[in-house]
Amino acid sequence: MNFSRIPLRFPVTPILRFLMIVLIGFPTGAFAESGFEFSGFVGAETRYFTEAPQFPGQKDGPQNSLVLQPEFRWEWDDQRVTFVPFYREDSMDDNRSHGDIRELNWRKAGGDWDLLVGIGQIFWGVTESRHLVDIINQTDLVENINLEEKLGQPMLNIATINDWGTASFFVLPGFRERTFPGVNGRLRTPLPIDTDNPEYESGAEDRHVDFAVRYEHVLGDWDIGANYFYGTGREPRLVLDLPNQRFIPFYDLINQVGTDLQYTYEAWLFKFEGIVREGQGKTFGSVVAGFEYTFFQVAESIIDVGLLFEYLYDGRDETAPPTLFDEDIFLGTRVAFNDVQDSSILAGVVFDPDKNEKFYTIEAERRFGDSFTGELEIRVFSDAPFGTLLNAFSQDDFIQLGVNYYF
Amino acid sequence: MNSKKLNKSLSALALVVAIAGGTGASTAFAAEGAEAKGFEVAARSDRSDLGFGDSSVYLKMVLRNAAGQETTRSLYIKTLEKPNENVGDKSLIVFDKPADIDGTALLSHARILEADNQWLFLPALKRTKRISSVNKSGPFVGSEFAFEDFTALELNKFTYRYLRSEACGDLTCDVVERKPRYEHSGYTRQLSWIDQDIHQVRRVEFFDRRGDLLKVLTLTDYRQYQDKFWRAHKLSMDNMQTKKHTDLNYSDYKFGSGLNERNFEKVALRRVR
Repeated sequence: MNFSRIPLRFPVTPILRFLMIVLIGFPTGAFAESGFEFSGFVGAETRYFTEAPQFPGQKDGPQNSLVLQPEFRWEWDDQRVTFVPFYREDSMDDNRSHGDIRELNWRKAGGDWDLLVGIGQIFWGVTESRHLVDIINQTDLVENINLEEKLGQPMLNIATINDWGTASFFVLPGFRERTFPGVNGRLRTPLPIDTDNPEYESGAEDRHVDFAVRYEHVLGDWDIGANYFYGTGREPRLVLDLPNQRFIPFYDLINQVGTDLQYTYEAWLFKFEGIVREGQGKTFGSVVAGFEYTFFQVAESIIDVGLLFEYLYDGRDETAPPTLFDEDIFLGTRVAFNDVQDSSILAGVVFDPDKNEKFYTIEAERRFGDSFTGELEIRVFSDAPFGTLLNAFSQDDFIQLGVNYYF
Repeated sequence: MNSKKLNKSLSALALVVAIAGGTGASTAFAAEGAEAKGFEVAARSDRSDLGFGDSSVYLKMVLRNAAGQETTRSLYIKTLEKPNENVGDKSLIVFDKPADIDGTALLSHARILEADNQWLFLPALKRTKRISSVNKSGPFVGSEFAFEDFTALELNKFTYRYLRSEACGDLTCDVVERKPRYEHSGYTRQLSWIDQDIHQVRRVEFFDRRGDLLKVLTLTDYRQYQDKFWRAHKLSMDNMQTKKHTDLNYSDYKFGSGLNERNFEKVALRRVR
């Protein structure tokens, strides 16, 4: 393993130093009381692409990789220290061979408050096809194009829990750059993105301190959330550098407000996410709205089948970072077999009624024995007009098989 | 027909009507008595638990299929009592094994006649999802227990009818039929055996939507906590239709740990991982 390749750039070391003091400063009794837990997983994965690559530099053949993510937890009283490192070694894409610290934090739970200091993971939102309001953690795009894998984010987070809802405040020192496939990788833009030379609107570059605040509450059948973020936007614009045949990622300072709502009624889940973002081209709004309905125990079996529908709209102009979701429909189904192996399938399509482009996806998984899981993933990109973002993936349809061992 | 005969016939008819009516009245009275007694037996059992405040327990589930193959699950359950019988208890379930669902958590705010409020926490994504809980009769993590079988049995979720008293093991049990008032229940009725000694449920038979016997639950190893609260430490469920079997083994019961509402709010799920 070539660790020099691992892009671990955490600009702010004081948090880590503070964490080390906390770690070293433990009373030994805390460990003895047990609170130590070691878990995690190791996995192997292979991707088979159905067509030869489209762009020069991209490697042909299957893409194989190994992944390791151990988790260490120390817990005592109302406090916990968590350490979750991550590493993947990939046979095809130099950028996908990468490591990260997913979590390294100290957490204290008070009666009416929570404190988290260190590198953490935060998720906001309710919809399935796109996570609009979720902005704290940077996307680890080389992991999965579903945008759901996230890089660890240094943070100071204080949440106060009140009868009128939970208010959560974030100070985010240090920016994480989005990962992108390298020149030899698949599922990339026509010209590679030069992740070694990012540019920033802020003079502080990746040391700009970002802020966020979130409000969350449950009112009967309604789950509501609202948040505000100021800082370096997680999505970069891609600036064409023709002489050097590359894109330069450019990170702007943005203001973003967002809201997420869910109304739950019997077997119906109605969902809404919306944002307004200022700082990338003209100020724009984006929306995901839809529902999920579940047929439980279909045909007197123990299988549950859910139907998902979401409408996606994004009002950004051409100067903003590109998105697949300008105006699309997501249709999907979720099948839960409710068997001992927890087998499940999620299948869906995002299609653009205007451009007619379609993005199909199937994810299936089940457990084998007590410690293994198997995953199947299929992604198909179809009918993308030339020049669109999806067209760059038009020869990258793939089938992926993965096996994980959990310990 | 002469008038005398008619009178006789009418008298006879009146007698028949009177007898029929009288019998009807006494049957109705008996039914009301059976319902009152059934409720009384169930209430005494349920109320023996009143005032436990909060509890936490470790649960190991052993699932066995018809071929005898076994798989296990383990999880922690924390419960907060809501003493008002028209409000359900709150519970937090955190999975420990199998390892791939370690840290997955389910928060439930039980309601009596409506669907519970439930949130699922997925540790890999750190995502909390409000889920539909209208269906409580599906298998819980692949076991023979449905969610409605082993969460706190709220008194007012059923109507009751006392059937008989009979020997159950070394004890004498009252047999009470209970019918779910929750419209989406997976059962048409249940028969419960409640002992006359410590008033705990010893056996439950579950009848499916077709009215056929589906499952039989046996509760054993009752132990008393704080000189008051009885808890069964082994629950065995036999599915009579599929021949599958699930054992629940409870251990490390703790009462009165000072858990409060804050520990059972949606935001508390973030503290799991």
